Parts: sequence; C-alpha cells; structure tokens
Amino acid sequence: MKSFTYERVHTPAEAAAAAARMPGSKFLAGGTNLLDLMKLQIETPVHLIDIGKLELNKIEHTSSGGLRIGALLSNTDLASDASVRRDYQILSRALLAGASGQLRNKATTAGNLLQRTRCPYFYDTNQPCNKRVPGSGCAAINGYSRQLAVIGSGDACIATHPSDMAVAMMALDATIETVNPKGKVRSIPIADFYRLPGKTPHIETVLGKAELITSVILPPPTGGMHFYHKVRDRSSYAFALVSVGAILQNDGSGRIALGGVAAKPWRSESIEKLLPLGSKAFTEKLLAKARPTHENAFKIKLVERTLEGILKEGRS
Amino acid sequence: MKFDKPAGTNPIDQMKVIGKPLDRIEGPLKTTGTAKYAYEYNELNKGHAYGYVVGAAIGKGRIDSINQYAAKNAPGVLAIVTYENAGPLQKGKFYADKLLAGPDIDHYHQAVAVIVAETFEQARSAAALLKITYTRVKGSFDLEAVKDSAITPQAGQFGPPPQTELGDFEGAFATAAVKLDETYTTPDQSHAMMEPHAAFARWNGDKLTCWCSIQQLNWGVRDLANVLGIPKENVRLISSFIGGGFGGKGTVLSDIVAASLGARAAGRPVKLTLQRPLIFNNTTHRPATIQRIRIGAATDGTITAIGHESWSGNIAGGRTESATAPTRSLYAGANRMSHLRLAVLDLAEGNAMRAPGEASGMMALEIAMDEMAEKLKIDPVEFRIHNDTQVDPSNPTRNFSTRQLVKCLRDGAEKFNWKRRQAIPGSIREGKWLIGIGVASAIRGAPITKSAARVRLDKEGMITVETDMTDIGTGSYTIIGQTAAEMMGVNIEKVIVKLGDSAFPESSGSGGQWGAASSTSGVYAACVKLRESVARSFGFDPEKTEFSDGKVHSGNRSVALGDAAKTGDLFAEDEMTYGELSKQYAQDTFGAHFVEVAVNMYTCEIRVRRMLAVCQAGRILNPKSARSQVVGAMTMGVGAALMEDLVVDKSRGFFVNHDLAGYKVPVHADIPYQEVILLDDVDPTMSPMKAKGIGELGLVGVAAAIANAVYNATGVRVRDYPITLDKLLDTIKINA
Ligand SMILES: Cc1cc2nc3c(=O)[nH]c(=O)nc-3n(C[C@H](O)[C@H](O)[C@H](O)COP(=O)(O)OP(=O)(O)OC[C@H]3O[C@@H](n4cnc5c(N)ncnc54)[C@H](O)[C@@H]3O)c2cc1C
Ligand code: SF4
Repeated sequence: MKSFTYERVHTPAEAAAAAARMPGSKFLAGGTNLLDLMKLQIETPVHLIDIGKLELNKIEHTSSGGLRIGALLSNTDLASDASVRRDYQILSRALLAGASGQLRNKATTAGNLLQRTRCPYFYDTNQPCNKRVPGSGCAAINGYSRQLAVIGSGDACIATHPSDMAVAMMALDATIETVNPKGKVRSIPIADFYRLPGKTPHIETVLGKAELITSVILPPPTGGMHFYHKVRDRSSYAFALVSVGAILQNDGSGRIALGGVAAKPWRSESIEKLLPLGSKAFTEKLLAKARPTHENAFKIKLVERTLEGILKEGRS
Repeated sequence: MKFDKPAGTNPIDQMKVIGKPLDRIEGPLKTTGTAKYAYEYNELNKGHAYGYVVGAAIGKGRIDSINQYAAKNAPGVLAIVTYENAGPLQKGKFYADKLLAGPDIDHYHQAVAVIVAETFEQARSAAALLKITYTRVKGSFDLEAVKDSAITPQAGQFGPPPQTELGDFEGAFATAAVKLDETYTTPDQSHAMMEPHAAFARWNGDKLTCWCSIQQLNWGVRDLANVLGIPKENVRLISSFIGGGFGGKGTVLSDIVAASLGARAAGRPVKLTLQRPLIFNNTTHRPATIQRIRIGAATDGTITAIGHESWSGNIAGGRTESATAPTRSLYAGANRMSHLRLAVLDLAEGNAMRAPGEASGMMALEIAMDEMAEKLKIDPVEFRIHNDTQVDPSNPTRNFSTRQLVKCLRDGAEKFNWKRRQAIPGSIREGKWLIGIGVASAIRGAPITKSAARVRLDKEGMITVETDMTDIGTGSYTIIGQTAAEMMGVNIEKVIVKLGDSAFPESSGSGGQWGAASSTSGVYAACVKLRESVARSFGFDPEKTEFSDGKVHSGNRSVALGDAAKTGDLFAEDEMTYGELSKQYAQDTFGAHFVEVAVNMYTCEIRVRRMLAVCQAGRILNPKSARSQVVGAMTMGVGAALMEDLVVDKSRGFFVNHDLAGYKVPVHADIPYQEVILLDDVDPTMSPMKAKGIGELGLVGVAAAIANAVYNATGVRVRDYPITLDKLLDTIKINA
C-alpha cells in the first residue's frame, strides 16, 4: 500500500471540489473494494476523500412515483427497504445474491456500481493487465478466462463487471445522478454509464475525474414478475458465472439483463421483442456477437438455459 | 514401553472418561479469542518488528539483479534479507523446496526476500519498492504434456511401493468377461486452512525460539536447524494452537525461515505471516494426478484383475502422489498391478494434504467401481461387498487387524435408504431438480509411531501432561486429557494438558492420521510409570493397585491420589515404541460414504442434499471430536468434488486463482445435513489404546460418492474433477 493523505468532506459539492483540487484522489465510500485494491497496490490514490458522512444515505419517493436512492445507502438497507422489496424485487434479490451480510452492511450504492473487475490477473501485479497498467498486455485472453467476458470485449481486455446490483438496475432503467466540481448536476441513464473496454479498458464509465455520484433514480414500478438467477460455482459468496435478471409481464413481454458476460450489465431493449419466441431465439440474438474464449464458451448455453428456467417459472 | 504383542485388558478399557463425548478442553479459550496463535505472542517479544515475504514474480528462471536502494531507505525499514546476504542455507529433510530462492527461481512466488520494518504497513510498502529483475527460462507446467516423460520414482518414506505386480494382471484383464479401462484426473488442490502460515522468531545469542504454526515440532526442529546450519539444541519451537493445517504445515516452510533470518538481521524479534495470495504458490499443495484404472471381472461380479496407474508431477526432489495406495488393499482380485510415475513440473511443491494418496486415488477408483457395477448390472453396494476381502489382497498371507467394510456399507445403505436409488440414471425428478444417490467405500491406513510424554502428579491430585504433540483443531488436548484421566482414575477437570512446545518430550506430531492413536499411547506409557511410582509410594503392589474416583485402592486400603505427592511432585516420563505388529497385520480404517445430490435441470447447478458417513476407525476416544473430524472431512470432500481447483496458467507457470475468492471451498450454503455413524471397533494390535486415526478417513471416497450421485441423477459421467456445471451443460436435456 502506498502512503496517502486523507480528508473527510461534508457536502457533495465539497467532495467534488476536493477531488478537482487533488489529482490522483479517490472517493472513499464503504471501502470494501477500494481498500482491498489499495492494499494490493492495484489502486494507488495519493489522497482519499472520505464521503461517508455525506447525507446521501436515504431512500425517497420521487414525484413521478419512482425512487431516489442515496449514493451512500448501504446495500443491506437498500435490499431490505419495504418499497424496494414490494415494487423492485429484482433489485432486492440481486443485492442479496451478492457478497456477504457483513460486506453488504458496508457496501454502498455508488461503490457497488463502481466496483472493479474480479479478473484474477488484474489482482496479481506481476502479470500484464491493460486495465491495471494500460499498454502492458492482457494475460487473461490466452490464460485462465473461465470467469471472464464473452461479449463486448476486444483484444485489450475481456474482464467482466462483477456487480449484481447493476444488472438489476439495468433491467429497471435506472438513472445515475452526479455532481461535478462546478456544482453541475447530470443524469446518466445506466445504459450509457459503463463503457466497453475497446482500447482503453482502464476507463470503465463515463464519469468525469472529479464527478461524484449522488443518487440513483428508479422510474415508477413496472409491475410484472421479477427474477434474479445468479449461477455460480458454489451456492453463495461467489461472483456470477452468469446471472440473469428478468422482469416478465403477463402478455409474454419482458426485460432481460445479464451479468457475468461483459464489461457491463448486458441488455438490448430492441431484442426483448423476441422474448415470446423463447430463450433460444432470444439468447442467440442477444449474444450473436459473442466472442467467447474456449474456456468460457459455455456461458452462452448457460445464459440460454438459465433464461429458459426463468421463462418456465414465469409461465407456471 | 515397547508395544509388540496385542494388547490385553488395561485401564483404558474401563471407558469412564475415554469414549465420552466431552467438549474440547481448550474450547473456551478459542471461543473467547484468548487462545494464542503464533502471530499473537507480542507481549513475550517486546520491541518486535514485522516481516513481509516477497515472492518471485516468475514461474521459472533466475534473479539477475536485486536493487534494494529504494526499499532500504523507505520509512521504518530495518533489514532486508535475500539470498545475497542470508548466508548459506540448506534444505529441510521433509520438503524439497528451497525456502529462500536465489539466484535460481524454482517456482512462482518462491520467497526471494524478507523485509523487516517497524510496522506491518511499512514492511509491505517497502516490499513493493524492492526492484528485482529476472530472466525467465522455459519451464514445465502442464502435467498432461509432460506425462510421457514421467519416470518410476524411488520408493518414498510414506507411499506404497511405486510399482507392484501380483499374479498375471495383463493376462487376466485381457480375458475378463467384463472390463473397464478409463482415465480420471484430479486437479491441484490447496489446503486453504483458516490460519495462514505465521511465525514469530526471537534470537537469544545463538539460540532461536520460534512461535509458529506447524504440525510436527520434531521435524520442525530438525529442519530449521538444517536450513540455518545450527545445532538442533539451539532451536525451540512453540505451536500451542494451530488454525488448521491439513498437511500444509507439516514442518518448516518459508515463513519460519524468513522470520528467523529477518530477526537475526534486524537484531530484534520478528513476526510475519504469509499474505493469503502468496500461500497458494509459495507453500505446498496436493498435486494433480492423471490416473488410469483397469478392472476386469467375471459376470458374477468377481474381480479378477485390477490395475491402477497414476501420474503426478513435482519439483526436483519432490515426492510422488501415491494415488495407487488404496487399490492395493481395498478389494479382492487375484491379479493386480499398480504403478506410480513422476514427472518434473516447475510449479510449487506438491506434498501431503489430508489423506495424501488415498484421497486422490479413491476419487478415481470409486468412480471406476461405480462404472463397473453398472456394466455388470450389479448394485454398487453389493458389488463392493462381493469383492470384500479379509486378507490383504497384496499380501494374502497377512490378515487385516480389523476390517468392517461390509458393515459400513450395509449399515449405511440401511440408514440412508439406499433402496430409494434407481439403477437407471435420471429416473428421479422433483420439479426442476434431478435427484441422484451415490456411494463410495473408504479406506485409509492406520499408521502409528513412537511418541513420548511426561506426566506429573501434585499433592492436590492434579495431573499435568506435557508432550510436544500439536492440536491442529483436531481435539488432541481433549483426548490426551481423557487418556491421562482414565489412567489415573480422575475426571478430566483434574488434568492439565500442555502441548506444542519442542521442549516437551518428543511426540508423534499431527499428520498422516497417526496423531491421536500415537500421542495418546505415549501418554499411556508415561501414566503406567506414574501409576507404578504412586503405588510404590504407598507401599502397594503396582500389579494389584487400582485407580478410581481420585483415589488409589489396593486390597482394603484406599488413599487419595494426591497423597502420593505430599512431599513433592511425582514425575514420570516414557515413550511408546512399536514392534512388528504393523508388519504382521494390515492395519487400516474403513468407511462408506452415501450422498444424495440434486442437479438443476436448467443450469446444471449441483446441490448436495444429504450425506452419511459410516466409519470404522478403532476405538473412538471421543465421539464428539471424532464426529467433528469426519464432518469437516466430508465438507472438504464436497469441495474436492465440486469446486476446488488450483488452475495452472500453462504458459506463465503458476496457480492463477491464488486467493480465497478465486480458490473456492464450500460455504455453509453448500453443506447439507451430515450424519456420521462411528462403528464399535477395538483394535488390540494397534496399541494399548486400541485406537486408530479418523481425521483423514472421513475425506476418502466422499468426492467419488458425489460424482456417482451426479451420474445417478443425470446420466453424465464426469471423470475430470471438479465436477463443475459446464461439464454437464452439453448433455443434460431440459425436459420441462
Ligand atoms: C469478498 C467479496 C465478495 C463480494 N461479492 C460480490 C458479489 O457477489 N456481487 C457483487 O455485486 N459485489 C460483490 N462484492 C463487491 C461489493 O459489492 C463492493 O465491494 C461494494 O459494493 C463496493 O461498495 P463500497 O461502498 O465499499 O465502495 P468503495 O470500495 O468505497 O468504492 C468503490 C469505488 O467507487 C468509488 N466511489 C464510491 N462512492 C462514490 C461516489 N459517490 N461517487 C463516485 N465514486 C464513488 C470509489 O472511489 C472507488 O473507486 C464483493 C466484495 C468482496 C470484498
Ligand atoms: S482481462 Fe482485462 S482485467 Fe483481465 S488481465 Fe486482461 S486486461 Fe487485465
């Protein structure tokens, strides 16, 4: 771990301003991801801006009938909120499928969105990794890639985004609200929030350098039946091989978002029209551009079959 | 005391304390966090510093240069030790690995430096400033690729003979009515114990004391003296509590060497622990195997030919994974062969992990037996029973001392409702879940070895036992206390047990499932002597003296035990040694595992739903700690079957998933109701305790029982562990 300086801020504007003042600084929320990465010297901020005391830990109803989720609300509190459990079950289920009870008590909404990949080579500073050290190469592409992305990746990086919560938020069409050092507020639809790796896998979102996430807005409830099936190598406490979040309506329409397949939660609204044709036709189209490795090609079939199970449960 | 003929009746047979399911006597220390582990001896080591071990960044090659400048000048740094300034170092006698590398690098994360600093954070931060350049050389990392270069190894200290033949295997196999010839693979596995390797080293002149976490203090003293080139007398090791070992802490590894060198260089006590991501490639692991099994049988199910070959790899000088061991003793069959081969691999050292040999071997053999049963159209339980033997099949003039494999299988089948199993795979379904049941036998050797202890009686009637035996979470403290209590006729509260200090008499240590039987026998021997001096102190004939209720009785006289020590404590020390009984008898432990699994028809996720183990393992000294051992082992078997896999990057040469997020072991949610039945078994050929080990038996066969249950559920036969869902996905049909 490298030495760093530390400050605690009290308003969102102050946080963004502090970040602008100190290049190489990072916001510290729950710290469950950032501190681990600092200990391994994968993240090396020179300055930590502790945002833990900001008053961004509430859930409020919006005037349009949706929810505004504070950026610092804990994953535990979000998952157990009564409105979330009633109207946005997919979110509650996705959260509870992630990490462990202790971690969810610390982990925050914004931190969860911004958690970094679990690619094993990213975690080993002796290995080349374009995401960790741009231009150093990617050890995973010809290495151990079982867990990694099958679609939307390129020759520079095949890492996945590991968040479960983000998959549910993608299905719910969430919007991310931010503030920048000038005090400017911006709303970013989650579909536009994450960037695919391209040649710059170290740049993961469209956030500006000193931009602070303040809240996540959920549109009014969609109704329907909610599913979140996370498939993994053990029953709990593991990242997804693939996960399928689904909101199914009685008329056969629905929304589907996938985790564990790409550098962001994977969804295509236009392809959702094909859902009534069944999981095979839908998955073939949704993952048509997949370029899996020989080790993770099984994920495509796994998505199709997991979705088939969900559709079957939805019908019965 | 020498044990060379089968035991007669003795005080242990009273079973007043022995055989009772007593709570662990050290349990309260553990649950209150007051049991001290190696890393926690701060107050005995005032002014200590912290060490941090740096691992090699390449799989194979050599160090070109080490630039210490930045690291040395970093805040708080007191010393840096590398091969350049460590002085001459030798290897230990048990592990083949060089514990401080340089200039050659034999495997990834082999220790190349230890940094000593005032604080842990300073040591860690300086470690990142140490600039080491390397030249890589081509290494050998792929067992499959180097399989054909493997040679027949020398016979090792622990394994079976590398190559054996009995009768005419090839002929009998060629002409057998029903045959199986299949290849199975098991991956590299990590012990993944809870407590990482840790050491606290302090020099006093040329004398070294090291608080550490190892299973065999006697080997540890020998090996540390060897590595450092100092006399054994100058080394004292203390391991009072050990947070799991599973064979991964047999004796001295890089942590202890690094702490010792760091403390010497810094002139201060130094403590360090191997950081978790280093452990997987720095220390030892259970090596991968490729196993070929051939079985030939007559149509009635009688095995006529059985052959087992196994290939594994290791660094130069490393041992062979003796996967053929169980096949030599488990089933009858007049014509047999076994063959071990060893290739050179430049991965971390392969070495003992819980039930070395048997665990890997039975992962293969017991699938093969399931496959044979199916070919023969015989129930898998009946097929195993049909081929039971009461003589050692590899040496038919020799009997098993005790062998109740058939009872294990029969009782287990009854208890588990084996009848529910359908012979045709995929027959039972509950909604989206495909249900299957599987069985496997278990066998594990029952080694026993010399062990000494000292006992002391004081005037309050308290007994203090001292032996350098370790408790690696197994319950040694408790069963040793029970042994002394039984022998001296007191209850367990009257016994103080002190373990884990090489200054105490040399014990068997904990390994190879020999610890419980051996160490309690050493305590038995010492107590026999103490009984004699107590009797004599009262003028009693030792032969006619009884010890019970805290009193000593002879004829019509009864005296309080403590009175024997009125004028001063009484001491007795002895060692139990062994004659030829283990050559005259085949001494093994046996068991049967039954498992029910459910496989999700859509996702192919596998969930274990029920598990039962029936074990025969000599006299059970404490059913509670014995059961815990078996339950833990069954859990480990679930890991072996379904998820544990050190993944080799074959071009870079290392285990990639080297942390507990990447290397998966079962979590609570993976483990269902587990039931353990311990059969009555008393084996007088073992020792006066008539006991055997059980901690490793519980693991052997579990993975195969799960594999067989998965096959029974789905009809998919997976022969390459772990059985992950991707291996089922192409075959299981969705039948909504
Ligand atoms: C053992 C383990 C298992 C896990 N398993 C899962 C799992 O199964 N599924 C899953 O989804 N997750 C899992 N996680 C990840 C966990 O969900 C994340 O670590 C957590 O959500 C991060 O939240 P945090 O508040 O602790 O973020 P921090 O670690 O504090 O921050 C993470 C990043 O977000 C930035 N950041 C934080 N807040 C803001 C803000 N308001 N504006 C701008 N930037 C901000 C920080 O600068 C940092 O870069 C696991 C984590 C661990 C350690
Ligand atoms: S996949 Fe991405 S994160 Fe993993 S090694 Fe390659 S560049 Fe790094």
